[in-house]
Amino acid sequence: MSTTVTWREIDLGGSVAGGTSEKYKTGNWRVEKPVIDYEKCVRCLICWLYCPEPAIIRNGNEVKIDYDYCKGCGICAEECPRKAITMVPEEI
Amino acid sequence: MMTEALARQHRIALTGNDAVAYAVKQANVDVISAYPITPQTFVVETLSRYVNDGELNAKFINVESEHSALSAVIGASLAGARAFTATASQGLAYMWEALYAASGLRLPIVMALAARALSAPINIHNDHSDFFGMRDAGWIMFNGEEAQETYDLTIMAFKIAEDPRVLLPVVVSYDGFIVSHAITNFYALNDDVVKEFLGVRTTGPRIDPDNPRTFGVLALQDSYFEFKRQQYEAMENSRQVIKEVFQKYEEISGRSYAPLKEYMTSDAETCIVAMGSTVGTARHAVKTLREAGEKAGVVGILQYRPWPVKEAEQLFSRFKRIIVMEKVMSPGARAGPVYEDIAATIYPKHSEVKIIDFTYGLGGRDISTRGIIEIYKKGKELIDKGKTDRVYFHGVRGE
Ligand code: SF4
Ligand code: SF4
Repeated sequence: MSTTVTWREIDLGGSVAGGTSEKYKTGNWRVEKPVIDYEKCVRCLICWLYCPEPAIIRNGNEVKIDYDYCKGCGICAEECPRKAITMVPEEI
Repeated sequence: MMTEALARQHRIALTGNDAVAYAVKQANVDVISAYPITPQTFVVETLSRYVNDGELNAKFINVESEHSALSAVIGASLAGARAFTATASQGLAYMWEALYAASGLRLPIVMALAARALSAPINIHNDHSDFFGMRDAGWIMFNGEEAQETYDLTIMAFKIAEDPRVLLPVVVSYDGFIVSHAITNFYALNDDVVKEFLGVRTTGPRIDPDNPRTFGVLALQDSYFEFKRQQYEAMENSRQVIKEVFQKYEEISGRSYAPLKEYMTSDAETCIVAMGSTVGTARHAVKTLREAGEKAGVVGILQYRPWPVKEAEQLFSRFKRIIVMEKVMSPGARAGPVYEDIAATIYPKHSEVKIIDFTYGLGGRDISTRGIIEIYKKGKELIDKGKTDRVYFHGVRGE
């Protein structure tokens, strides 16, 4: 949302055009970030299925965390059957 | 009534509730959702019969609560439907959260409210506690005195709500049992006349797969205020729109409406202010008072939100004394809501006008002509003694 839009031209009833959540980077909400140890990862895609955002990007069977949107909930680390994901405290 | 206007309507005898249902049927709504609650139940009962019998081509959504009823209507309205719900008392209280969603989303929903007291103690009879409880929810608020007004207001409500300058929900309230259950004669417009007057809904936000939008967004410190300010403006715009709709409606029906209803006010020194069915009784009381030489008058409130600021200032600044009768209690406040609106309108500019506030009729306690005359006499005397610094209670034992 641009901070220059006044009440006169703001969209009706608090509605906005689709696709705006892409512009809203939620990565800075994180306290801990998930880090994948690709040595342990067996490409089972469980983390990709479980990530509620979704902030795990899949390319074939490869998984990669999108830190722009990952909120650091830790679900992927909890669900990974290989314990390949570690939650690492964010630097302040 | 003029013959042309008469040709556009028919005489019909219905209860207040059925008058609302009749108007909603003629408005050709697309979606109705409601949960039964006394004394409103007959509105939706009759509407469900219309739908079942094929007299009204609408979707009737049965729900498990009023919260869901208004939520379903919100969804339907967002999908572009002309949508209606009805409730009373606890049902309205249960809708509270969704009331703000409906107005914030700028949905032209129409709701009927058969005004009833709020628990506890539980009571099914009329007062205006539920109505005033939604004062700040951003709805346009009307009050019908009897079946005719309630019917007319229900038809006009759709026109006002759907005007692109407004796009706000409208509530039409009428007194539970006194109006909702009493059968009276009134003039109803012919179906084709209503159809032409209202057309189909074409305005307002709507879900459109070809033009995807997000509704009900999260708007934080950077934008929430702007959305609300715009909503405030819609309510301001509605003043003019209501005027135009009243005018247009008069052209077709021959019945003229104004936000404030006046009776014997032109030379009145002391004015009684009331809302709902009491207004009629107050007219009768004033007639009696006039015969006894009192310069009395009545103002009935038809349009409560937006509060008719200009009309109210012009009118109320003319009187010496204003006696406000309120069927609602606002514990801890300086006075009831109507008193406060009047005071905020005329003070400090017209400080020579004195106002006094009476609470009466809570939980359906009857108010008679004699009761109103008592209020008038007591109010006048108290004002002249300068004792206006509290709320007085009429008809409660021990007062
Ligand atoms: S921490 Fe949560 S949000 Fe981030 S990638 Fe894992 S599951 Fe998704
Ligand atoms: S759940 Fe664990 S093992 Fe499976 S793909 Fe994700 S990181 Fe790799």
